Amino acid sequence: MGTIYIDGEAREANDKQNLLHACLSLGLDLPYFCWHPAMGSVGACRQCAVKQFKDENDTRGKLVMACMTPATPNARISIRDPEAVAFRAAIIEGMMLNHPHDCPVCDEGGECHLQDMTVMTGHDYRRTRFPKRTFHDQYLGPFVYHQMNRCIQCYRCVRFYRNYAGGHDLNSFDIRNTVFFGREKDGVLESEFAGNLVEVCPTGVFTDRTLRQHYTRKWDLRMAPSICGHCSLGCNITMGERYGVLRRVVNRFNSEVNGYFLCDRGRYGYEYVNSKERIRDAMLDGKRISGDEAEQQLQTMISGGKRLIGIGSPRASLESNFALQRLVGKENFFAGVALGEWEALTAAVDALRTTPARIASLHDVEESDTVLILGEDVSNSAPRMALSLRQATRQQSFEAAAKLRIPLWMDDAVREVAQDQRSPLFLAATGATRLDDIAAKLYRAAPDDIARLGFAIAHEIHSSAPEVPGLSNEILEAARTIAVVLKSAKHPVVISGTSSRSIPLIQAAANVARALCDSGLRASLSLVAPECNGVGLALMGARPPQEMFDSAKDATVIVLENDLYRRFLRSAVDDLFGSAERTIVLDHLANETTARANLLLPATTIAESDGTLVSSEGRAQRFFQIFPPQPELRESWRWLRDHAWTSLDDVLKAMADEALQLAPVIKAAPQESFRIAGAKVPREPHRYSGRTAKTANISVVEPKPPADPDSALSYTMEGAHVQPPAALQPFFWSPGWNSIQAVNKFQSEIGDALRGGDPGVRLFESSSGGSYFNAIPAPFTPRKSEWLLVPAQHIFGSEELSSHAPGIAELAPDPYLAMNAAGAAKLQLEASSEVEINLGGTAYRLPLQIAPELPDGVAAIPDGLTPARGAELPAWTAIRRAQ
Amino acid sequence: MLTAEERQEIKAELEHYPTKQAVCIDAMKIVQRHRGWVSDESIRDIGELLGMSVADLDGVATFYNLIHRKPVGRHVVMVCNSVSCWIMGYETIRQHLTSRLGIDFGETTPDGRFTLLPIVCLGACDRAPAMMIDDQFYGDLDPAKIDQLLEEFK
Amino acid sequence: MPEKPLTQHIPADRQALDLRAYESVGGYEGFRKALGGMTPQAMQQVVKDSGLRGRGGAGFPTGMKWSFTPMGADAPHPKYVVANADEMEPGTFKDRLLMEGNPHQLIEGLALAGFAIEADVAFIFIRGEYTLAQERLTRALAEAYEAGFLGKDILKSGYSLEMRLHVSGGRYMCGEETGLLNALEGKRANPRAKPPFPQVSGLWGKPTIVNNVETLSNIPHIVAKGAEWFKGLSHSPDAGTKLYGASGKVKRPGIWELPMSTTIRELLEEHAGGMRDGVRFRGLLPGGASTDFLVEEHLDTPMDFTSVQNAGSRLGTGTMIVLDDQTCPVGMTSNLTAFFAQESCGWCTPCWSGLGWAKQILAAMEEGHGKEGDLDKLSFQSKFWSPGHTFCALAPGAAEPLQSALKFFREDFERHIREQRCPWRA
Ligand SMILES: Cc1cc2nc3c(=O)[nH]c(=O)nc-3n(C[C@H](O)[C@H](O)[C@H](O)COP(=O)(O)O)c2cc1C
Ligand code: SF4
Ligand code: FES
Repeated sequence: MGTIYIDGEAREANDKQNLLHACLSLGLDLPYFCWHPAMGSVGACRQCAVKQFKDENDTRGKLVMACMTPATPNARISIRDPEAVAFRAAIIEGMMLNHPHDCPVCDEGGECHLQDMTVMTGHDYRRTRFPKRTFHDQYLGPFVYHQMNRCIQCYRCVRFYRNYAGGHDLNSFDIRNTVFFGREKDGVLESEFAGNLVEVCPTGVFTDRTLRQHYTRKWDLRMAPSICGHCSLGCNITMGERYGVLRRVVNRFNSEVNGYFLCDRGRYGYEYVNSKERIRDAMLDGKRISGDEAEQQLQTMISGGKRLIGIGSPRASLESNFALQRLVGKENFFAGVALGEWEALTAAVDALRTTPARIASLHDVEESDTVLILGEDVSNSAPRMALSLRQATRQQSFEAAAKLRIPLWMDDAVREVAQDQRSPLFLAATGATRLDDIAAKLYRAAPDDIARLGFAIAHEIHSSAPEVPGLSNEILEAARTIAVVLKSAKHPVVISGTSSRSIPLIQAAANVARALCDSGLRASLSLVAPECNGVGLALMGARPPQEMFDSAKDATVIVLENDLYRRFLRSAVDDLFGSAERTIVLDHLANETTARANLLLPATTIAESDGTLVSSEGRAQRFFQIFPPQPELRESWRWLRDHAWTSLDDVLKAMADEALQLAPVIKAAPQESFRIAGAKVPREPHRYSGRTAKTANISVVEPKPPADPDSALSYTMEGAHVQPPAALQPFFWSPGWNSIQAVNKFQSEIGDALRGGDPGVRLFESSSGGSYFNAIPAPFTPRKSEWLLVPAQHIFGSEELSSHAPGIAELAPDPYLAMNAAGAAKLQLEASSEVEINLGGTAYRLPLQIAPELPDGVAAIPDGLTPARGAELPAWTAIRRAQ
Repeated sequence: MLTAEERQEIKAELEHYPTKQAVCIDAMKIVQRHRGWVSDESIRDIGELLGMSVADLDGVATFYNLIHRKPVGRHVVMVCNSVSCWIMGYETIRQHLTSRLGIDFGETTPDGRFTLLPIVCLGACDRAPAMMIDDQFYGDLDPAKIDQLLEEFK
Repeated sequence: MPEKPLTQHIPADRQALDLRAYESVGGYEGFRKALGGMTPQAMQQVVKDSGLRGRGGAGFPTGMKWSFTPMGADAPHPKYVVANADEMEPGTFKDRLLMEGNPHQLIEGLALAGFAIEADVAFIFIRGEYTLAQERLTRALAEAYEAGFLGKDILKSGYSLEMRLHVSGGRYMCGEETGLLNALEGKRANPRAKPPFPQVSGLWGKPTIVNNVETLSNIPHIVAKGAEWFKGLSHSPDAGTKLYGASGKVKRPGIWELPMSTTIRELLEEHAGGMRDGVRFRGLLPGGASTDFLVEEHLDTPMDFTSVQNAGSRLGTGTMIVLDDQTCPVGMTSNLTAFFAQESCGWCTPCWSGLGWAKQILAAMEEGHGKEGDLDKLSFQSKFWSPGHTFCALAPGAAEPLQSALKFFREDFERHIREQRCPWRA
């Protein structure tokens, strides 16, 4: 920090930063376009000009771009200087020469950074009389809508897409005032982070194509803080609704988790909420009944003296799982996930808690200078992490730049110095991943061999880690190389996860992390899971799934938000429902399990619920209703609640009392009683329109705003328009800052935590106890006539709920079975021939795909995407040509 | 498909640069030397050779004016339209050429013989007005000289 | 007869000197001298002492530029030197002569620059249209390699240098030194921010020196004959000779090597032979398209960096474009502005947007559609493109002819608007 002088006033500023960053951090309004807090400065737009003076005697000064000028101590600048003011207005004029001024019909209108900056500079009068240049707009896929005429050539889109996210199919073409930003021709954007263009673009060139289908202005959206439910990372999001339709998802900044960006599964998976498959009514044996009747039926069924069996869900909230567990009793509560997955989940939580390595947040991952990934394809199972990993591999280039005294925010200069130089990322995976291009070394092997590699690395790092017997020279060499690099790192991170359902993988990762700690390094560990609350479920404790089938016999089975047919063999699930006395199912989307319900209770989705999810780093985060559920719908915890509970706070309290390790969840967000100046935090923005007319077609009487007994958020536009605690932040909006870039106004320093601290609480931390795991698997040996069938993760399609969003479904791959060419040759099969496999007594047919990356003896099918999805994987199976 | 010769020429360039990308402009020009222009297909093939995407390459190609992304005639006539030639009678030269060839800038004669393009200062201002036909420079132009030149290029 | 070190051996028919011919007139003597006993530091010092300033347009002292390169055992490698042979500044045709007529002189100069900064690789970045110069440089490079002036362990000195001819894809921006670096890397030739300067982080992030062809062509002579000799070539403290040129409606357009600080009048009247019959002098751009107009009152200005600056313009490339009274100054300004607008790389807003607009306004004026207030907009724009306002020097260069035309030919602009036509058009 140092003192700088802005318009004569002494202010404290971070001297590692540039003047734009400093001014914004101080809460001053200085317009900008090309700069982005996560992407640094390139000095293209020239919007952030200020006057800089050499010293106190210099009265003339000269214009500089604030974003390209370091905030050196004693710097003297003026934002208000008339020349600077005029210049900034002229920049806007320049941009507006060709801009179509189509705000009324532009999706960005009302939350447009260009509008905001235009107003900020005071430019208002159009002095050009010439025709404007026009462009062809491209079809870019189901997520991003393209309208090039609005472009102001700030280059943010290509900088994000190419430099930050590693994409290659978007670029700038042509020159002068006709630079075109798009693809070489129409087509679906390949990057799984393309959706961020919608927020990165400061105007309406790239907008949300899904929003377009049910368009609503930002000011007409009811918004609330939520958590992404489409993987275990717990990215913070804001959802917006109007007329009972969920309209869109935008990023909600959290410096520890997702920062400024989401993946496209997280941004566009929301549309399942509006799906035609939604269960809107309670059903008793296939007949529609009212909500009240359903309550009564439920009471009768659960108090009939029959044994109750509860089947929980890794995609339901902690509260709903807890309510079910309380209702049926701990001894009757099952996790509802397949055995391998459950064991992997509990092993992961155990490993995180007993390994001394720090549990990595996404922010930690991003700051790691050396990465080891063991067997988890995070790019598909926890996609946002892949974006963090891309940044992590830049750590080395930051050092190189620092040596040349190039400030790290000088983005192009740093990249130029770096060239292809990357911090090491070692990637051991069974199949291809979307991170292969940045891996320093790639190891393709079966999960057990990857685990062996991991155990070997651990031993090479620290001799107290168990030695791996029978290692091949090749693996030993690899292990040594990696160990040496990891040991020379400052902040290494080890990453694995549960997608392969392999305990050895997880334990190998933990051993590497422990060995690094034992060598005195500040290492961290991350273990991801495919579903949003698997970790929460694992923390609650549940009986293992294999006992579920017997226990269900003659019992009343309650299934919570869980399609068992996705997780267990069809025959087993059929038997379970067949042998049960009766079945109660709570869910929000119709599926095969809901079809088996005697009593079907319509549950709310995340968008209509309050609750808590626990991310893979053990961070409990609260999500809030965006809009009140339709009258017949209730949150699952509400259907199942103990009748002593009347609100979410009661559930939370009971949960905290009962399960010590869950106690901190209470602190994940303020209680319902929280008030600012006596008022709740409004979900509706100050300009929310049509409040009195929205339902005028039904009744001219303005309805009373719904009450919200569960949170400190209100369903109105009245209330305290000051910054609430971050967990309650319904949207980022600030006077003069209507776009999402208003987040600047809510951070302690630009890019750092939200004021008052980022939301969420860790339910557990690493500890120094524990010891090395030593269950080292035997080497993988291909079999003569069988293949090891493993699940392959797909960002689009593998996750259940998001695959009900039309855009996601469109991009999901067709079912397949993949093996390498040698395997196919052995079977005398070519690509796309039909093969047949047999799992748990059922035969499945799939088209063959050749995947050169797969090791010999291993075949893969897409997780969640094939008819064989209920089969427990990995499994050995014979593969033959389908007859 | 790139021809063996094109491939070899591109590979020869690769030896002199630390990155493959550095060769991409040369690669497009090599293809252009052989085929007159750089088609979408050629871009794809070059991309494969250099590990670049079509968008990577096209972003570069569209920056530079000596890379033709559309077919051209057998001969490319590039007329200097910069200041010294403008002073010395560029307008007359342009009008003469367009009416003689019956095409405007950016167009190709129906017989595929000539493509007409404007070009910036050719660095021969002492011989203005000037133009190039293919790789050859011609200065001190007047309509008669142009007529004679056009005859020479079949 | 004043000395003409750069051009005296170039025959009238501009046939290139081959290696033998070049060596017979003292070629590669400087190179042998440097490699035979000078240290790179000493070489840098000679060039510093010589007072040589860059001939690419900006006039930066060459020796000083070199001295910013990290040297010694810890310096990053490979280091690069680049000859900027892009010469696309309208009205400029000097480097072409040097390359076509005496390619070895450039090669020697570039190799010496390489030696001075301990470079490993040298590039000659040449524009695509200079096909003849490419041919001759290619041949000369082969000869130089053959004779052991390039490659490994040159002249057994332990110094090695590879040199490549690199042909541009074509854009004015490729001549801007950082745009050139991007072009050489196979990227779009947008400029790069400075700092970091190319001497510290240039090609592929490594130390790089970029010099103009004429600048480099001087080096062999400075090394061979010394700094004092070089200073003595000039009429002023700006050392050396200069290639001066004139184009436009003068009797003998051409290019001449003369002592630095030769006056405009001498150039115009003696060397260019005065104006053609029937036309009268109105003004000129002294050093290429991106310099301010000078007029009658400036004719006695010596053409050197300082004097031309004092007169309100820039020496630039030293090649003058002459405006006569039969040529429309608005049309000329329009042509210049259209050039800059067309060549704007599209990176920074004042340039890509402002130039596009200014071009539209000027074209409309020429077409007879000028409007009240247009001149204010134009002068506003030209100020908008001041140095520091834009990312690189292209737009500030575009501002120079425009702002000075508005100053010296204001009445002509006003007439266009008033009469709703171009008075020079039939
Ligand atoms: C738009 C633009 C185009 C330029 N074109 C050239 C050029 O063609 N040749 C050249 O030598 N310098 C050119 N320059 C100047 C270079 O940026 C650089 O200053 C010069 O090559 C340095 O060489 P010197 O120090 O020997 O003069 C250009 C500058 C700008 C802003
Ligand atoms: S002034 Fe700006 S837009 Fe113009 S060429 Fe330079 S960087 Fe590009
Ligand atoms: S934000 Fe500073 S130049 Fe664009």
